Amino acid sequence: MVNDYKKIVQPSKWMSAPGPDGDVVLSSRVRLARNLAKIPFPYLASDSQTAAVAEQVYAASQDLDGDLGKMTYYRMQELPSLSRQALVEKYLISPLLAKESHNSAVLLRDDEGVSIMVNEEDHLRIQCLLPGLQLEEALQEANRYDELLEQRLDYAYDERWGYLTVCPTNVGTGLRASVMLHLPALAVTKQLNRILSAIAQVGLAVRGIYGEGSETTGNLVQISNQVTLGQSAEEIVSNLFGVTRQIVEQEKQVRQVLLNEDRDRTADRVNRAYGVLSHARLLSSQEAMQLMSDVRLGVDLGLIEEVQGDLLKELLVLQRPANLQLYTNRTLNALDRDRERARLFRQKLTQSKQA
Amino acid sequence: MLCQECQKNQATVHLTKIVNGEHSEQHLCEQCAREKGEFVFNHQPFSIHHLLTGLMNIDAQPADKLMGFTSAKVQCNNCGLTYAQFGQIGRFGCSECYHAFGEWLVPLMRRIHGSTQHVGTVPRRAEGAVKLRRSLEELRQQLQHLVEQEEFEKAAEVRDRIRELEEQEQEQEGGAANG
Ligand SMILES: [Zn+2]
Ligand SMILES: [Zn+2]
Repeated sequence: MVNDYKKIVQPSKWMSAPGPDGDVVLSSRVRLARNLAKIPFPYLASDSQTAAVAEQVYAASQDLDGDLGKMTYYRMQELPSLSRQALVEKYLISPLLAKESHNSAVLLRDDEGVSIMVNEEDHLRIQCLLPGLQLEEALQEANRYDELLEQRLDYAYDERWGYLTVCPTNVGTGLRASVMLHLPALAVTKQLNRILSAIAQVGLAVRGIYGEGSETTGNLVQISNQVTLGQSAEEIVSNLFGVTRQIVEQEKQVRQVLLNEDRDRTADRVNRAYGVLSHARLLSSQEAMQLMSDVRLGVDLGLIEEVQGDLLKELLVLQRPANLQLYTNRTLNALDRDRERARLFRQKLTQSKQA
Repeated sequence: MLCQECQKNQATVHLTKIVNGEHSEQHLCEQCAREKGEFVFNHQPFSIHHLLTGLMNIDAQPADKLMGFTSAKVQCNNCGLTYAQFGQIGRFGCSECYHAFGEWLVPLMRRIHGSTQHVGTVPRRAEGAVKLRRSLEELRQQLQHLVEQEEFEKAAEVRDRIRELEEQEQEQEGGAANG
């Protein structure tokens, strides 16, 4: 069994292709919360109980080897904290799983499109993360794993409350579906807040994507469902899909306006960002996020031709502290990080130009 | 980052205010946020649970009446969590808590989800178990009826069928525990 996570520098599935509406929707994620009947939930369970849960899931994954596809099982206690943090930065595991270990583990598919967290808040969290707007596909994939595991595990389920979860906000379908959106045009034209409050009013949750600090950076927004009981998984996903499609259309329209009516200033702004990003000697994470947002807009509008959109998605993760340290294979303090981050962008963006 | 208000404590509450489309950020410690009366939303993993606890004690009375005693006495006999503890931490202790807390969960779920009935996927194993339980119930009623009618020959047949299904049920449960 492999214990360390070595594939940090490899892009995950969600980063390695644009996917449908990939110029606005960076990724689609579906996760299902599942628990085993009668065994106390991880925060309350004894060490031997959580160990038994982990063992059951591991055994199930061994039995199902052929059906699950190539997967690797990582025990959190055996994983260095930097590797755990790197998995968080790639959105493959939750911060909670990395931080509070109750015999926690993750079963990670080799293409990193599916990760099954064990002993997180719930006994099981089955996650599927795909590039672009692919919510239904992600749900289908998560369902497939759910059905396979269900053959081997005794799920906690109730006819009235559905799948039983630790937190009452997850009960029913146990489903949290979300999309990560890049909305630079709506942000620059000051329409973002209006749209985000409208989203909150239709019962969806909106969150900024945070950099190292707490500020929303890089015009990235995550939208997810809040209700999990009384709506089927398909309904929840199709609602989120519908709202997302609307936002995508608005963003695309405003981008065209920027291109047609404010072309010079837009081209100037995105190319200046490209200049800084590919030549700076020190870059904070937050500055890099903001510059990447501008460059990405330039790429999507055809104003910057030297860079691939997918490379920027990869860099979005690679420039974060833990991934950066694994990439450079060194422990870095804050100033080191800013220097190495700048070097990373110079390297990757020049390579991309030559290719 | 230090709290903007007192400049003493670590800022753990990060607020984004949107007023007339204007975006403003505030970074406060929890104390100052509470004093300022701001809606507390931090990014700590369990913040949601604290919000829930406020909802739990409001509508308990109708359920108290229905159950014939107050929720203070309710405890899950599988994990030992009491309803009062559930009210404090906002988290269930195990799957059986849902049965133990029965009617008291109704107002809470209605507030969170606007619904009190799951819709959609049923695990295959549960689907089988539900069907089995229903046919067993029907057969037991039938058996009682046949005995009352003194139709012993037919009753024996039904009794054999019940035993068969009971064995199946035990196999399913045993299989689940070992699987
Ligand atoms: Zn303070
Ligand atoms: Zn319990």
